Amino acid sequence: MNKLLTTTVVSFALTCLSTVALAAAPIKIGGLFAVTGPASFLGEPERNSAQMVVDEINKAGGVKGRLLELISYDTGGDASKAVQLANKLTKNDHVVAVVGPSTTGDAMAVIPIFEKAGVPLVSCAAGIKITDPVKKWVFKTAQNDSLAVARIYEQLKKEKKNKIALLTVSDAFGSSGREQLKGQASHYGIEIVTDETYAPKDTDMTAQLTKIRGSQAQAVICWGTNPGPAVVARNAKQLGLTLPLYMSHGVSSKKFIELAGDAAEGVRLPSGKVLVAELLPKSDRQKAALLAYIRDYKNHFKAEGDHFGGHAWDAVMLVKNAIEKGGDTPAGIRSQLEATRGFAGIGGVFNFSAIDHAGLTKDAFVLVEVKNKNWTLVK
Amino acid sequence: MEFFNQITQYAISGLSTGAIYALIGLSFAIIFNSTGIINFAQGEFVMLGGVLAIVSITALHLPMPAAVAVAVVGTTAVGLAFERLAIRPLKNATPLSLIIVTIGASILIRGLVMLIWGKDTKALPPFSGDTPIEVAGATILPQHLWIFAVTLLVIVASRLFFHHTITGKAMRACSFNRRAASLVGIGVGRMVLLSFLISSALGALAGVIIAPLTMTAYDVGVMLGLKGFCAAIMGGMGSGFGTVLGGLILGVLESLGAGLISSGYKDAIAFFILLLILFVRPQGLFKKGETDRV
Repeated sequence: MNKLLTTTVVSFALTCLSTVALAAAPIKIGGLFAVTGPASFLGEPERNSAQMVVDEINKAGGVKGRLLELISYDTGGDASKAVQLANKLTKNDHVVAVVGPSTTGDAMAVIPIFEKAGVPLVSCAAGIKITDPVKKWVFKTAQNDSLAVARIYEQLKKEKKNKIALLTVSDAFGSSGREQLKGQASHYGIEIVTDETYAPKDTDMTAQLTKIRGSQAQAVICWGTNPGPAVVARNAKQLGLTLPLYMSHGVSSKKFIELAGDAAEGVRLPSGKVLVAELLPKSDRQKAALLAYIRDYKNHFKAEGDHFGGHAWDAVMLVKNAIEKGGDTPAGIRSQLEATRGFAGIGGVFNFSAIDHAGLTKDAFVLVEVKNKNWTLVK
Repeated sequence: MEFFNQITQYAISGLSTGAIYALIGLSFAIIFNSTGIINFAQGEFVMLGGVLAIVSITALHLPMPAAVAVAVVGTTAVGLAFERLAIRPLKNATPLSLIIVTIGASILIRGLVMLIWGKDTKALPPFSGDTPIEVAGATILPQHLWIFAVTLLVIVASRLFFHHTITGKAMRACSFNRRAASLVGIGVGRMVLLSFLISSALGALAGVIIAPLTMTAYDVGVMLGLKGFCAAIMGGMGSGFGTVLGGLILGVLESLGAGLISSGYKDAIAFFILLLILFVRPQGLFKKGETDRV
């Protein structure tokens, strides 16, 4: 009798366990990142951050008792490969949502696939075209270039500097920045007196800077990603250029200070708050998330978490929150994403709505200045 | 006065970039002269020079002179291995297929460096500080003086070597006529190896002295190689001095073009000049046309 009871109890317990195991089939999230190729400075920290958040969420018990599984692929920054992989994610892997891709080119190429498949995409690329006009299934976490431009212009206006010189790199990032800089100038009463460019692989920009030195400009704005801006800073120092030098958020990592050396001193740039997390006032809503991100990234990868990885952190957290509220169907996640209000992440405080799938304002950027080889907040 | 200062600055910036092009151009010309091939892996030697110097300083903590030596010797070893493994075994290959071999080698070297060293750009500390020096209203860095000095040294040394030593003369003999050279007892194979040795060492040297200014990553060799090639073409691929002048002219034109016309067309100006020279004076700017006797 006793034995029978034991068997019953044991088998009952086993059944229970197996049901739990069945119910806990992981929720699959897709990832598309340019881990290799020219945009690897975006894709690598993004993939790392996304995997890290998923691991941390699972360690803490998953979402409503179910684990998350990240299926991530490397697009190599190649739009046609991104399209193939996007199809694979929606058709073979049956993911409920996708984070990425890293570049605007990849993002624009895969958007039609997700629109058609009805799977929410939370992009980590910055291009304004991704969410303007609004697409039903597409959201993004990276700040628009236009917000960074607005942050710089606001400061210039405050300092009553209204004649500026542009020095932009002749690639997609630089020309998008140049368009924004030119487009918004009149709104802030700013006049662009010289408009120079350089090629991504150029090693000497003294000619452009000499021309700028001879112009009426009161400040220089350089728009590019490493190593160009570091060369610009060094050349400016060589020429003894005394104009304030502004850079883009494209160089908002310690790498820039390392490359430019002493020439980085005094350079200002708009950046996501992750660089200056410790300096933020306690009242800042993002501070807790930022410090947690930096701590986790250091534990996992022995490296400093940057601005770009933060985009993926935000994307995964947004999806996780949406699953918590709206269940694990693509449609449920989409409507919950759109209903997200006041989510304080790494890139800023997100407020999505039916007419805004980018969700950030220019408060997402702070203006930082390099002092003693470190970042300080510009008041 | 301001305009005059601007022009001096353009000229001096151009001359310093031009000196780099000239050094790389010279190393192109040396291999071309002894083998008749254009070594498109030359830019990779420049990159290797910079990368090895940075590795010796940051990872091995060597002092600067030792790091320079390691970079030059290491790159030379790669150059020699390249000649032994990829050029020599193809005994009867046409120059065209050899050129394609060099393109393959350049992709291989670049890929390996990317995998081993990573994709980050890194900078070498300057040799003697970075306090700008004023010259006639323009400013240059101490590193530019190093570049000028090394270029000058290389020109003088190569002149002495190619015109006043037996080995140098033998190498020139190979460039005029390989068959005749081997008939008079010159070891052509040895001369080819020697030319790879000299040009990879030269490339590495160029890479090391520019790394503090331009910084280095696994992919800087492509553009520098192309510009050096431009310089060599302007100099007619032969005369050492012509190549140097070619490099300097290219650098100055680029800088003046960027300053006075438009920086957007900087590279276009350089390559337009290259095309123009190839059309109008394929033998180079400073070389008399050669005539073939039928």
